[in-house]
Amino acid sequence: MTADREQILSRVRAALAPLPVRAALPDYDAELTVARKLLGDRDLLTVFAERIKLVNGLLLTDVAALVGHLRAGGWMRGYCDPLLWPQLATHFGPEFTVETVFDRTRVDHFAFSITRAVGAIAETGTIILNDRTTASRLGALTPWVHVTVLDRAAIYPDLGHAIAALGDDPNVIWVTGPSKTADVEGILIEGVHGPGQQIALVV
Amino acid sequence: MVTEKIDQFAATLPAEKRRSVYESTKATHEKRTKVLFDHFPDPNRLRLIAGEIKQHVIENLDTYLPAVEAKLQSHGVIVHWAATAEAANEAVLGIMRARGATKMVKAKTMVSEEIELEPFLKKHGIEALETDLGEFIVQIDHDHPSHIVRPIIHKSRREIATSFEREGLGAYNDDPGTITRRAREFLRQKYLQADVGLTGANFVSAESGRIVLVTNEGNSRFCLAATKCHIALVGIEKILPRDRDLALLLNLLARSATAQQLTVYTEFISGPKAASQPDGPEEMHVIFVDNGRTDVLASECRDILRCIRCGACLNVCPIYRQASGHAYRSVYPGPVGAVLSPLLAGEKFPDKVDLVKASSLCGACNEVCPVNIPIPDLLLRLRDKAKREGAPSCGTPPMGAWALLASQPTAWKAALFGGKVMNYLPLNLLPIPAAQAWLKTRTLPAWRGGEFRRWLKNRTR
Repeated sequence: MTADREQILSRVRAALAPLPVRAALPDYDAELTVARKLLGDRDLLTVFAERIKLVNGLLLTDVAALVGHLRAGGWMRGYCDPLLWPQLATHFGPEFTVETVFDRTRVDHFAFSITRAVGAIAETGTIILNDRTTASRLGALTPWVHVTVLDRAAIYPDLGHAIAALGDDPNVIWVTGPSKTADVEGILIEGVHGPGQQIALVV
Repeated sequence: MVTEKIDQFAATLPAEKRRSVYESTKATHEKRTKVLFDHFPDPNRLRLIAGEIKQHVIENLDTYLPAVEAKLQSHGVIVHWAATAEAANEAVLGIMRARGATKMVKAKTMVSEEIELEPFLKKHGIEALETDLGEFIVQIDHDHPSHIVRPIIHKSRREIATSFEREGLGAYNDDPGTITRRAREFLRQKYLQADVGLTGANFVSAESGRIVLVTNEGNSRFCLAATKCHIALVGIEKILPRDRDLALLLNLLARSATAQQLTVYTEFISGPKAASQPDGPEEMHVIFVDNGRTDVLASECRDILRCIRCGACLNVCPIYRQASGHAYRSVYPGPVGAVLSPLLAGEKFPDKVDLVKASSLCGACNEVCPVNIPIPDLLLRLRDKAKREGAPSCGTPPMGAWALLASQPTAWKAALFGGKVMNYLPLNLLPIPAAQAWLKTRTLPAWRGGEFRRWLKNRTR
């Protein structure tokens, strides 16, 4: 392995040695990577609401609406981040069964899950999760309906701002709508390995 | 009959497949153009700058590679190096064995196709299961992907339903929703039973040592939620200098590949899971793979190493649309494959020489490339290399007689007149293989040599 390292690096050096000049690293204005046409000068929550709808995500603004949505879909068994459940429990009736420990031996038992998001991206309708605030990676992925609780003050305008805010978390994941595929004859199907419904509950 | 291999394949492609490849690549290409121009005032500028950034990286790999290695190690990532496909396979096997692991789930990685990882592991008693829906179908069919982004663009739902029935995944049903749901149910048990999750990397930031992975299905996330060990196979050219460059390249990648603003899942991974996180890898390995890339770097075609594997050049290419991906007989099809595959073939370069000629040099691939790779120029350089190395070729007739005529005006004029005899000869009987191959699919217009000269001579201003 060490031999391979030396071999690769010496081959790289030999390949580059004949170049009279090396290509310089270009600089560019941050504005270059902003889809300004999508943002306009509207408020970020308005843009986020519009964009998440376009990727078939769902934005809700109160817990009662969420409970109604889950009941209407027949999603009665769920997993909830233990830090969130004390505030949410009173809204859920006794017909719901909600657990605060995700049991990986029963992934299909859970029809929905509720975890925390650390932010969102307005121009793409993206929800941002990271490892330290997501109570369970599996819990946030395997149920059919995934709900993230999002603070409206944590909406970044564009990708550049969201990247600048990555911080030192070892695993940040941007989620833009439900899991999907078009592998079979180009036909869009949602809910492949992850959620078929991706919901942002903005508080 | 002597024709190029790629032509032979294209000629035998069923009309139904050709039509579906043509229609879906054309539709994706058109959506790509629309989404780029709807969102950015000057999308061309994004791809020109992205091209300059990637060119800078490949011309400075001698400094970037050790820098990225140090950054990854500082996050607790174990870094390996593999000069060849064999070394890369051995490195993966070594990690599996050290953990006593026998089951792997794989997200889509082109490098693993290059090194033929799955058959290698299988020989050593390790199951390596593809989890991307398209790649999973390719795997159960013992087939090969025919498109970089859409591996089963060549398969119909009926063929897939038949394969699922054969594999015991349910009675015949060709509804795409049912196919997807059955794969979901089958694969989630496989993720949960697996010891190791293997992925590629779309980008690696030198600044922060973050690996970026994009998927739509969520399969790479599932691999990294269910298993305790993550192995990332990374081509040495995948580096980006700064985190902010990720914003630029991510803006281009999904739009170029599938006309999406962003893929559904974009993961930024800088090491094993957080201490507070119950799920996911406690151990992370990165294997930097050369496998011919340093040869490409030393060649005059090094620009191809900018490629971010979006597939936009396949979708726009008139040759790919007619021939489909398997005609390229390589991991990388289409215009990018026509350059990269012969270069990565090493000593087998002559076997892939037909690919560099399978282009009208129309330049569409260059125009759509998110990193502005001058593919037509690179094809010309490879044609030149093939000629200089005397690679066998059946498509180009000897040009000696032509050169003689073209350098002697009197002979040229005589030939213009004398060529009329061509109109009366049974050309298909000429004992020249190249002429026969050419005429098989084309008709020669009537010889009208000299008419332009006559017109020009008699012309009055």
